Amino acid sequence: MQKLLRWSAMPMAALLLLTACQGGGASTSPSASGSTSASQDPTAVCAADKFGCVEVAKGDKIELASALSITGATASLGLDSVTGIQVAIKDRGKVAGHDVELKSEDAGCSNAADGQTAAQAIVADPKIVAVIGTSCSRTAVPAMPVLAAQGYLMISPSNTAPSLTDPTSKDFGGPFYMRTAYNDKVQGAAVAKFACEVLHAKSAATIHDGSPYAQQLQQVFADDFKAQCAGTITAQEAIHIGDKDFHPVLSTIGSPDMLFFPIFDPEAPLITQQSQDIPALAKTKLVSADGASDDTFIKTAGPLAQRLGMYFSGPDLNFGTKYTGQFLPEYKQIAGKDPTSVYHAHAYDAANIIFDGIEKVGLTDAAGNLFIPRTALKDYARGEKDYKGLTGTLTCDPNGDCGASFVHITQLKPDASGKLTFQQVYTTRSGG
Amino acid sequence: MRATDVRLRLPQRFNLVSAILWGLRIVVVVLVLAGAWATLSSGKLSPDTWRDLVVFGIAQGSVYALIALGYTLVYGVLFMINFAHGDVFMTGAMTAFFVARNFDESGFLNANPIVALLILFAVSMLTSMVVAIALERIAYRPLRRAPRLVPLITAIGASLFISNSVRGIYGEQDQAYPTINALQGRFDIFGIPILKTQAVVIVAAVVFMVGLVYFVERTRTGRAMRAVSEDKDVAALMGINVDRIIVTTFAIGGALAGAAGILYALVFNEVDWFMGFLPGIKAFTAAVLGGIGNIAGAMLGGLTLGVLESVGPFLLLGGAGVPSPNQLRDVIAFTVLVLVLIFRPNGILGQSEPGS
Repeated sequence: MQKLLRWSAMPMAALLLLTACQGGGASTSPSASGSTSASQDPTAVCAADKFGCVEVAKGDKIELASALSITGATASLGLDSVTGIQVAIKDRGKVAGHDVELKSEDAGCSNAADGQTAAQAIVADPKIVAVIGTSCSRTAVPAMPVLAAQGYLMISPSNTAPSLTDPTSKDFGGPFYMRTAYNDKVQGAAVAKFACEVLHAKSAATIHDGSPYAQQLQQVFADDFKAQCAGTITAQEAIHIGDKDFHPVLSTIGSPDMLFFPIFDPEAPLITQQSQDIPALAKTKLVSADGASDDTFIKTAGPLAQRLGMYFSGPDLNFGTKYTGQFLPEYKQIAGKDPTSVYHAHAYDAANIIFDGIEKVGLTDAAGNLFIPRTALKDYARGEKDYKGLTGTLTCDPNGDCGASFVHITQLKPDASGKLTFQQVYTTRSGG
Repeated sequence: MRATDVRLRLPQRFNLVSAILWGLRIVVVVLVLAGAWATLSSGKLSPDTWRDLVVFGIAQGSVYALIALGYTLVYGVLFMINFAHGDVFMTGAMTAFFVARNFDESGFLNANPIVALLILFAVSMLTSMVVAIALERIAYRPLRRAPRLVPLITAIGASLFISNSVRGIYGEQDQAYPTINALQGRFDIFGIPILKTQAVVIVAAVVFMVGLVYFVERTRTGRAMRAVSEDKDVAALMGINVDRIIVTTFAIGGALAGAAGILYALVFNEVDWFMGFLPGIKAFTAAVLGGIGNIAGAMLGGLTLGVLESVGPFLLLGGAGVPSPNQLRDVIAFTVLVLVLIFRPNGILGQSEPGS
């Protein structure tokens, strides 16, 4: 019925347009039916935009996609971000007069091809305005070329690998990629600082899983640990995702003061457990990172990690009163539980940047149809400056790094109700 | 005269191929020796660490061996590769998980660890056995007279069906197996410290293997099994119920896989619906390595593969300056498979394939 009304309105609008201005050459497509402002004619803007416009008919919903890890061992990571987006949608209400609908694709984590599959599913739907994803840096690498070729903006709430925003790297995300998470150059340096200043570690070993995230994070850490603390790196080992037996690798890394393994579930909890079987590692402090800071880890190795006083690095979640007073209660209401990981607020900010962009660059014609030019949306988001987000004040650098997060180190401790949670013991944030 | 022609031509072809194979042999031996020498002379690892690596390898290899026995038994009687066997292994461990969790929550697990463990073994072995029997009855028996490719593809389909059914029934999260306090820590056996869980794995695996050998060599059913393996038609003429023997074979293979599932869960404290895939492939490798169809070969192949995986990466690559050698353990495992297939297609203890 709505469609019928729209179509019948078109000849009338075209007539109006013809009488209003004489240059009617461009009004051949139906979308050229009418513009409210003389300077911002959707037809002209959309024709000028390299990737055209997303058209949202009056009364239709704006489609936003997520490409996160929502199944398997790393699901707590991605579902946590999905809830962050849902809170943003609920908070925002209408965007440019339209409701927003979230389409969740599964971009996985451990298998890079899943990122490409999700990206292909997204570009197959021309109604999707922008994408929030991916959870893991590895899946962002193959997803980005697919999305960028069709002009889809992707904002990641949790990719942290430095190569994604490094123009000299083959993994570089390109102009349509940006992230609200920090760059691991920040996290790696923070862990190195913590290692020498708080743990007083003289030697360290690292284990990664071959993913860009883990591989680069441990490398940044190793470089900074050597440079800043004059520490020695006894081994930089790697494991194969899907393996269960890590006794051999743990036997061959020597006896360092600290072991840094910024990897995911289920490998991170397994390494935590199996490290206890190696006598040489009896005094080694275990440190993992944001990729393993989730419910799945607590379920599989939480009590052991608590007993060992294991550390985890990640984004400092002291975002202020709006976060604790407003965001978290809404999160609990939607998800029915506490956050399962640490990148929900970053996803909230990513969604709001997209909503702001839609309101800023979107054009509504006389019939109430919304046109969102893709390149203009990307330019708006990538040019974000002093944006007051939930996670802090965000300013994008020319390569797409927009995260303002501070890094903290947590340990697993029981909260008031006796449930194990990640509780901060160290932070790089100055003045709380 | 024609016979001499053939004799003249054959050595020429043989020489070319064998020269390449000999070259490959020499390259492999040189690489292995050079890598091992570089590692050992660098002295990066103490002898104690090497000993620990071997023990870890034997424990992992025992699990492979138990699963490999299932492949080998089925191959012995049906000459087919039951690729769903890894998933039979998974169903036992997954089902027993729920029993283990209940035992853990009620405190029974740590109050009576031995009884609890025996019940867990029983549940896991029974589940895997039932799944294996159903598999044979539903997926393989109707295809017994079909070309050999057909059951192979059916097996892959059955594997997907079983793993995804478990995913649907039990969920796709990783489940954390409860730990048994009595099995924490290590034993000192002849001065060699060994983890209690790994000791249990090795001992249990030895018990099951000895039991199997006794069953096959000494019992009536075992003799019937060997007869079916030799020749089904003649065995049937001798009054052996071939169908029953085949079901028995699947049941025994399934029970061993179920036992392996519990041992695996004891060591790694984690089970999920996909856990059967990699161990299944590795156990298949072990079965081929030892000589498929040969029971002692499966055991030997499993242990060899386990130790190779544990010691190999560091021994062969560590000294050569390859970064992060442990990432390449699967590469080493499957390279060994390829080399075995090239140089000894019948495996270490294998006999030549019947009918060929």
